[in-house]
Amino acid sequence: MTELKRTPLHSLHVELGGKLVDFAGWEMPVQYPLGIMGEHKQCREKAALFDVSHMGQVILRGENLGEKLEALCPQAYATLKPGKARYGFFTNADGGIMDDLIVSNAGDYYFVVVNAALRHQDIPHMRDNLDGVEVIEIFDRALVAVQGPAAENVVGDLCPAARDLKFMETTEAPINGVDCRISRLGYTGEDGYEISIPEDKAIEVSKAFLAHEDCEAAGLGARDSLRLEAGLCLYGNDIDQSTSPIEASLGWAIQKRRKEEGGFPGADRVQKELAEGPAKKLVGIKPDGRAPARQGVEIQCAEGNTIGQITSGVFGPTVGGPVAMGYVSKGHGEPGETVNLIIRGKPQPAQIVALPFVKQNYKR
Amino acid sequence: MATYYSEEHEWLTVEGDTATLGITKHAAEQLGDVVFVEQQEAGDEFEKGGEIGVIESVKAASELYAPVDGEITEVNEALADNPGALNEDPEGEAWIYKIKIADAAQLEDLMDLDGYKALIG
Repeated sequence: MTELKRTPLHSLHVELGGKLVDFAGWEMPVQYPLGIMGEHKQCREKAALFDVSHMGQVILRGENLGEKLEALCPQAYATLKPGKARYGFFTNADGGIMDDLIVSNAGDYYFVVVNAALRHQDIPHMRDNLDGVEVIEIFDRALVAVQGPAAENVVGDLCPAARDLKFMETTEAPINGVDCRISRLGYTGEDGYEISIPEDKAIEVSKAFLAHEDCEAAGLGARDSLRLEAGLCLYGNDIDQSTSPIEASLGWAIQKRRKEEGGFPGADRVQKELAEGPAKKLVGIKPDGRAPARQGVEIQCAEGNTIGQITSGVFGPTVGGPVAMGYVSKGHGEPGETVNLIIRGKPQPAQIVALPFVKQNYKR
Repeated sequence: MATYYSEEHEWLTVEGDTATLGITKHAAEQLGDVVFVEQQEAGDEFEKGGEIGVIESVKAASELYAPVDGEITEVNEALADNPGALNEDPEGEAWIYKIKIADAAQLEDLMDLDGYKALIG
């Protein structure tokens, strides 16, 4: 058995009573004694701190970084202004999504965050394809997310510069005398920050956040239910190498110029699906009853034909009932459509709904 | 009246040939917040090792396996509206079924409290 990797916050998780599990080869807290439900509500109502140091942090240095990234991604990174961050993805030649990521223009370099499980793919991908760009994978910094309506106070009390950021803005500023990269974004649907901290100061800074009366630690379990209520995709569940951005209802993340001009891997498929509609698309699904519909559950239309599959499903603590996402074939997927989910062999009625399940609460 | 424990983390309090069945406090802690319980109906018969229900937490579904052969005589209906009771009082109020035991000899394969404590460490 390969030894699980540990983040710089590992001893803090143990100290806080976190239940540690294997997540993409990392020993990560799925929950703390408060529990997934309590941690989820903590984040929606006050603020929660998540260790996301398992994700890959990458620095890109070189000339014309934005233009060069446009050869790998359908996003308009050439026009990404200094101090701004933008969600995007690498596409493959078939128009599938290789990984999703956040790219920040840090001024004299670019800062990229990729999924933990795909670090080994993304780093060589950038090294092989970004000509004249230095691709530096960072191993000596933690990444911590502070999310929730009180996040501005939790982070701003220690770092006034954080208050001045708007959604999808990034800056470098000291916290407790340590230089951190602070970005106002996240994966919960709430206002909040992701903060890159030198590893030797990560516990000290995290404890300073947790010392705020409105901030509690939360694990990956709550992170999953929060992101699903917010209608955000999880790579490996809702999107993968075979699904296109248009199928995944991620057209909003491709800027107009790139939709028109193409020039990224798989642009033919993306442009064709934009014009003609995709063969299937990702939609929100709300089961009528209390039984959660998990990944892999079959979706049938009212007439009883199979039209797709659930890709993510949890009990949504804020919604107070099960929530799910899944793909349905062309001709289906309008909000309000009634479908059946085949859970343990029995059809359970559900509605197609518009995403998100819980209104996003970003500071624009 | 004696209480037995299974390796699947169920408890079974036996009186004559009937018993009350639930999950242990340890199991409830491992599951986390229970959000849904799928129960079978009174009158349903089952065999040892067979699936007799599903307990869902926020993140995952866990099957409930029968510790002995028998028949469901009563279902704790309160769990449908209040599945969270399984976290609060799994070894009391939040029992899952009352059952009729078909073969009392199978109880010998189960553990007593000391044996169960040793299992969960």
